[in-house]
Amino acid sequence: MPSLLIKNGRVIDPSQRMDRITNLLVRDGKIAAYDVLPNGQDVVVDAAGKIVSPGLIDMHVHLREPGREEDETIATGTAAALAGGFTSVACIPNTEPPIDTQATVEFVRHQAARADNCNVFVVACVSKGREGKQLAEIGQLVEAGAVAFSDDGAPVYDSELMRRAFEYCLMFDKPILNHAEVRELTVGGVMHEGLVSLLLGLPGMPAAAEDVMVGRDISLAQATGGRIHVMHVSSAGSVELIRRAKSRGVRVTTEVCPHHFVLTDKSLRTFDSNFKMSPPLRDSHDVDTCIAGLADGTIDCIVTDHAPHAREKKMLELDKAPFGIVGLETSLALVATWLIEPGHLDWPTALAKMTINPARVLGIDKGTLAIGADADITVIDPDVRWTIDPERFRSKSINTPFAGWNLRGRADTVIVGGRIKFTARDAV
Amino acid sequence: MSIATFEIGAVPAAWTRRHLLDLESLSADEINIILDTAVAMREATGGCQQKLPLLSGKTFANLFFENSTRTRTSFSLAARRLGGDTIDFSASGSSLSKGETFIDTGRNIEAMGVDVVVVRHSTPGTPQLLAQNLSCSVVNAGDGSHEHPTQGLLDILTIRQRAGRIAGLTVALVGDIAHSRTARSNIWGLKKLGAHVIVCGPSTLVSRRWEELGIEVSYKLDDILPRCDVLNLLRIQFERQSTRPFPSVREYALLYTMNRERLARAKQDILVLAPGPINRGVEVTPDVADGPHSLILEQVTNGLAVRMAVLWLITGVGSE
Repeated sequence: MPSLLIKNGRVIDPSQRMDRITNLLVRDGKIAAYDVLPNGQDVVVDAAGKIVSPGLIDMHVHLREPGREEDETIATGTAAALAGGFTSVACIPNTEPPIDTQATVEFVRHQAARADNCNVFVVACVSKGREGKQLAEIGQLVEAGAVAFSDDGAPVYDSELMRRAFEYCLMFDKPILNHAEVRELTVGGVMHEGLVSLLLGLPGMPAAAEDVMVGRDISLAQATGGRIHVMHVSSAGSVELIRRAKSRGVRVTTEVCPHHFVLTDKSLRTFDSNFKMSPPLRDSHDVDTCIAGLADGTIDCIVTDHAPHAREKKMLELDKAPFGIVGLETSLALVATWLIEPGHLDWPTALAKMTINPARVLGIDKGTLAIGADADITVIDPDVRWTIDPERFRSKSINTPFAGWNLRGRADTVIVGGRIKFTARDAV
Repeated sequence: MSIATFEIGAVPAAWTRRHLLDLESLSADEINIILDTAVAMREATGGCQQKLPLLSGKTFANLFFENSTRTRTSFSLAARRLGGDTIDFSASGSSLSKGETFIDTGRNIEAMGVDVVVVRHSTPGTPQLLAQNLSCSVVNAGDGSHEHPTQGLLDILTIRQRAGRIAGLTVALVGDIAHSRTARSNIWGLKKLGAHVIVCGPSTLVSRRWEELGIEVSYKLDDILPRCDVLNLLRIQFERQSTRPFPSVREYALLYTMNRERLARAKQDILVLAPGPINRGVEVTPDVADGPHSLILEQVTNGLAVRMAVLWLITGVGSE
């Protein structure tokens, strides 16, 4: 494997509290040394004016394969991940069939290896068939490589099952990732319940539907000692519940998606289904609270909830169109433009939420540039301005609400296991 | 306005819209243009009885994805009174049942040479979706619980005709505000023309959030009744409700039915509207519905005039 020197970059590695301009040597697929002068390395990457970060990790991605290859495949989804600066993704098991057996975990890992893009970690089902009735064979799934458990797409609804899942996962020290939504409160809902839904006459999904489930999960995690990771938090009430639970020492972590700190429910005034997601876009108070939660550490991770849907599926009436948007190729720029540029977060804090924090939640040996670690590296051009053109996405689907947005910052070079897998030149 | 005014391309200069999608986005001037045109249309056609063949050669398609009798007939008749051809489309038995998308259905209808698509659909925003994807004009004939602009306009025209004005009137919309597209169009139209609007009904169907728009919210019809110049009694839309918002129809009727006793406590010249179809004995008792304060049938006649006005105005812009 060729050696690689990344020179003159601003290396920001939150795992080591490192933020300095230096040269970084990669050898045999591992981080080998710092402060090395150019000296006959096989490849030299000039990172002057750029940020050298541990490879970004997105712990909430829907790759759709198996079963919905018309929306995305593991190959196209991981290609999109690379283009967005991600060297690792964790895929969510609401596929068809769901990832609830060793065979399906192995299938995903096999397809990921064939695609040979970024690392793919598997989140497997909490319950068999995602039916919420019976625990999946969690021990065997761990053996097959599953790093966490979730029935996302749907919440783990049965409180007793959730309690047992927490208790059972203690044996493996794996987190439960739960989609927090009390469905009796969201029946027929298309968007956040608030003034905008009132004016548009669209059925709403109240923030309380999320808050109630987050409250339940925190209580159960506290009672069992289990680890709850609240997926795609979106409401001010949930953020506050998590903040308080953390202060009590409950093992709770959480994540937020860029669309929930960038957009509000007012976007739905266009009736464009690319603004339809679950949880829904909420009001400006919720958005502000999510940003505050990112700033004060309540929200640990930034994820995309990348949810590709083929074009024809989103071209429907708002109530018939599916929930969700793609996000892998827009996330980094939204973070740079909407969190860093206005001063809500600095680069080290933002990158912690996209590298070491998700790695710690999942218990994976990633998200660091410590010597000896896998050389998964994202070189970021923090200043470049570019316009989002969905037609150029690597993802198979283009369901984004950010088409035409002019943003700042994007991945310049993406290195996985010491190999350059993407450069911005490829994207031009 | 006179008959001579009605020529293709002779629409008032202040009218520039190719579509009528809602009343929220219309200015007071634009609403008044429609109302004034409707009055002139009614006069020019002897109460909408005769033809005024202004739109010969134009084709109007009714795309009704949801049941309707009154509105559909009214639009068809309005188009024919203006000399246009009409196509009727209903979702049942259409290619939608074969999997065709809503937009593709619209595009196919448009490809037959249609100038105006009149659309009714159970989903809010579908007229906007069509307007974005078709090149012909689109008129919203009711999109879910969002808006029903021509119903709002005909209600306002009926009030204006009888009361002589809108500004300064107190108008109460009573009933299922949460699910009523008529309420939303009335609210925007009445507010823009200067009325004081009250929304009244069970708290499960009338959100306090309406106050954020400067609208009065009340849960007690008996309290507001003496102050009202107009009552617009809206149907309880059981078909749109996922959970029952009040314990029983009987209890609703006890609190909100407009009956003779309540009428006796109202202003002497109170006007009673109901967009229909009315549930006699629920929103209104028969003696009130058929009594001297009721404008229900005038609403229907005005509906025809308003729709003729709208079709003429938008087609006039489209032909320029």
